[in-house]
Amino acid sequence: MAHSIHVTVNGQPRTGDVEPRTLLVEFLREDLGLTGTHVGCDTSQCGACVVHLNGTAVKACTLFAVQADGQEVTTIEGLAQNGQMHPLQEGFKEEHGLQCGFCTPGMVMAAADLLESNPSPSEDEIRHALEGNYCRCTGYHNIVRAVQYAAEKMQEREPQPA
Amino acid sequence: MAQQIGQPVKRVEDKRFLTGKGNYTDDIVLPGQTYAHFVRSDYAHARINSIDTSMAEEAPGVIAIFTGQDLLDDGIQSIPTGWAIGDDMNEPPHYPLAVDKARYVGDAVAVVIAESKADAADAAEQIMVDYEMLDAVVDAREALNDDAPLVHDDSGTNLVFDWNLGEKDATDAAIEGAHHVTRYEFVNQRVIPNAIEPRSANGQWDAARDELTLYTSSQNPHLIRLLLCAFVWPDLPEHKVRIISPDVGGGFGSKIFHYPEEVVCAWATKQLERPVKWTAERSESFVSDAHGRDHHSVAEMGFDEDGHIVGLRVQTHANLGAYLMTFAPAVPTYLYGTLLAGQYKTPTIHVNVKGVFSNTVPVDAYRGAGRPEATYLVERTIELASKEMGVDPAELRRKNFIQPDEFPYQTPVALQYDSGNYEGALDKALEMIGYDDFRQQQKEAKQNGKLLGIGFSCYIEACGIAPSQVVGALGARAGLYESGAVRVHPTGKVEVFTGSHSHGQGHETTFAQVVSDHLGVPLEHVEIVHGDTDRVPFGMGTYGSRSISVGGSAIVKALDKVKDKARKIAAHKLEAAEEDLEFSDGEFRVKGTDRSVGFGDIALTAYVPHDYPEDVEPGLEDTAFYDPANFTYPFGTHICTVEIDEETGHVKLLRYVAIDDVGNIINPMIVEGQIHGGVAQGVGQALLEGAVYDEMGQPLTGSYMDYTMPRADDLPMIEVGHQVTPCPHNPLGVKGAGEAGTIAATACVVNAVIDALWDRGVRDIRMPLTPERVWRALHTGGDGALREAEPAA
Ligand code: FES
Ligand code: FES
Repeated sequence: MAHSIHVTVNGQPRTGDVEPRTLLVEFLREDLGLTGTHVGCDTSQCGACVVHLNGTAVKACTLFAVQADGQEVTTIEGLAQNGQMHPLQEGFKEEHGLQCGFCTPGMVMAAADLLESNPSPSEDEIRHALEGNYCRCTGYHNIVRAVQYAAEKMQEREPQPA
Repeated sequence: MAQQIGQPVKRVEDKRFLTGKGNYTDDIVLPGQTYAHFVRSDYAHARINSIDTSMAEEAPGVIAIFTGQDLLDDGIQSIPTGWAIGDDMNEPPHYPLAVDKARYVGDAVAVVIAESKADAADAAEQIMVDYEMLDAVVDAREALNDDAPLVHDDSGTNLVFDWNLGEKDATDAAIEGAHHVTRYEFVNQRVIPNAIEPRSANGQWDAARDELTLYTSSQNPHLIRLLLCAFVWPDLPEHKVRIISPDVGGGFGSKIFHYPEEVVCAWATKQLERPVKWTAERSESFVSDAHGRDHHSVAEMGFDEDGHIVGLRVQTHANLGAYLMTFAPAVPTYLYGTLLAGQYKTPTIHVNVKGVFSNTVPVDAYRGAGRPEATYLVERTIELASKEMGVDPAELRRKNFIQPDEFPYQTPVALQYDSGNYEGALDKALEMIGYDDFRQQQKEAKQNGKLLGIGFSCYIEACGIAPSQVVGALGARAGLYESGAVRVHPTGKVEVFTGSHSHGQGHETTFAQVVSDHLGVPLEHVEIVHGDTDRVPFGMGTYGSRSISVGGSAIVKALDKVKDKARKIAAHKLEAAEEDLEFSDGEFRVKGTDRSVGFGDIALTAYVPHDYPEDVEPGLEDTAFYDPANFTYPFGTHICTVEIDEETGHVKLLRYVAIDDVGNIINPMIVEGQIHGGVAQGVGQALLEGAVYDEMGQPLTGSYMDYTMPRADDLPMIEVGHQVTPCPHNPLGVKGAGEAGTIAATACVVNAVIDALWDRGVRDIRMPLTPERVWRALHTGGDGALREAEPAA
């Protein structure tokens, strides 16, 4: 009953034989050993499992692995480029946007999606965009600041039009 | 070298978490891994007539199925509680898998171990348990009725203990003779801790060496080993057991306790000689992680004509759930009753607490543990009193504060506060919130039909638990010291082994800051090791905001021993007397000269002792145990403002100001983070969270679908300020900051809502203050008769 799937994960072609009921998050964690993506609930409400599917944030516990067949997935492990941390990763560290770190990968991936579509979000927009992600440690205060930090950094680094 | 203590040093642990390289228990997959799935009771109370596993045994991938009887037959004993209240506490057995009866929805009765998680879950559905349903009891007060069903038949009662503290006669007299008495009935509802990492355990038996390794998401691996080897599994020798708590995704108390699943994974791996892993699904966490709070109390506070408190009388029913967990008996007693003086000079207090069994998930420590319940009661009562007496709430508090020159201050409920400046914190908070302006705004808003409110919470906590002798006299079955070991390597790099455990608190950074300053070595040369019983000599773990004050003090003690030895070596090298040396910036220097030797040199000499003092052993490492002299007493004032939407009953938190005095601060960035997170949990209890059971004992809040926690858009920025009164009795002058926010916030928010609605006749609303409850209170006029404001179940 296993299905063979081909998924580009963090830029690498990966294959797997999965059952129809295997969730994308299980495929990532258990078959590929990418344990940076976490599971915090069984009702698609905590956001610990957020990854990007073709560049858009999705809850990896809400998709079956077979639905990712032929698609591109980016996980927290693939966010840093050429050894250079993503501005959000920097921002979370600089602003103490994480404590236990369990919600962090999902939080960072959700925030990355926000900054993609809205490069300079207001505090309210950040809070609204992260509403699907629970953090029990930080009270969100420093998470908001981390996203603001990253937004500023990304603007600064954006090549200015000639 | 720049001083590290006091600096907002960025965390060394962040890199692994931010790149997806954390190592949580469920991330660990061992060779030959098997997976456990627990069969849990769907009934709150039921006799187990039989368990038929025959079908499940044939299911694909199944390796073994065990029931409670299998464990009993092999000598597995009851999981003990760590605290006795009185000599005759009602303490029935708590077996890892229920044997005769299931006592709450979620009580585990069997376990399936299979090749995959899915196989185990599928097979579990084929286990037939023949249950005989029994009447259940959910409410603590009802559980004491004569005709209430007995949770544990042999005890003959659901009463666990009936505990008193303080002078009853004097308090009764004070209340009878008071000029004004404020009397309220408070419910501190049951909440569910909900660390975002679900609990997980993975046991691995090494048959060639007869050794057990257990990975578990715990706040205190040594305590788990002690309970497992000394009580639960007496045939398991402690020196053959290694417990590892790797990265742990939040605890908030819920990961202190020794849980049945840990016992089962540890025991089953020995039977199967293959590793056995279990990770909770979230809905399973809801019915298997210990819950918090669940008090019903009546409080009476008496005042004289001038508004001075003359006495406080409290009667509390504490629901402990179906079994006694590790700290459960201590939470509603010694961590609660002793805090009822708050920040006030209350001449006499009496509290009676009845701890009660019910057919619900066991209740134990949740962030703050007893102290939030005490603060809620004291701070709500004094605020209501101020309104009844027409006095400004800040002024009534000010009038009753213990004054800075009155410390040490002996309260009528056992504690001796060591230091404090309560008025200082209150003034700072008033200024930060702009109190007078807000009152003005509130008046104007009222004219425009808008409902604004402001609430106070002047809290105190006793933490840094605790002096072993004191807690021993109070019924603790363990000492509550901490250990620290310092190992200096030949190259001068330092490893520190601490019995504290970090599950978000950032010890790898703060403790390294302390070490760096004490030895004058760069931060990068220090590694903090925790969470592994094979690497750390011993430890009591992290809870009760004890890591820096007890664990940090143990490290300082060990550092001092290492430094004493280093001084001897330095004296030898410099050919000087020890008294003539001074230490700074990582160097011993002969006073008044430029002759010095660096710490790195000394470390090397200690391991290459060619030219060495005669009476000194080679090597440079030492261990210390620190048993605190007293509790520490963080305190502060929190003030928040709210706006209430009359149409919907929605409470909007406008501003939240927190002034905390947690003593000296090692890393302000981390302390502020702790306050933010603590406040969020306290606000959660006030506005959103609550575990609900129906009369049959079915949990109605069983997942994130129906249990609400604060999300990013439920909270404002939290404005944090500090006041520093160093703790007088530990070497760092620290008090602990992990719980302050939660202890203060709940009362603060509810007080603000009542302030907004006072003129509309609302005196109390039962938490959580959901829009529906607030709306009903507004439209029925809450006079403290809670039931009217309560939506029908
Ligand atoms: S695991 Fe909670 S939303 Fe996916
Ligand atoms: S950092 Fe622990 S849950 Fe967010």
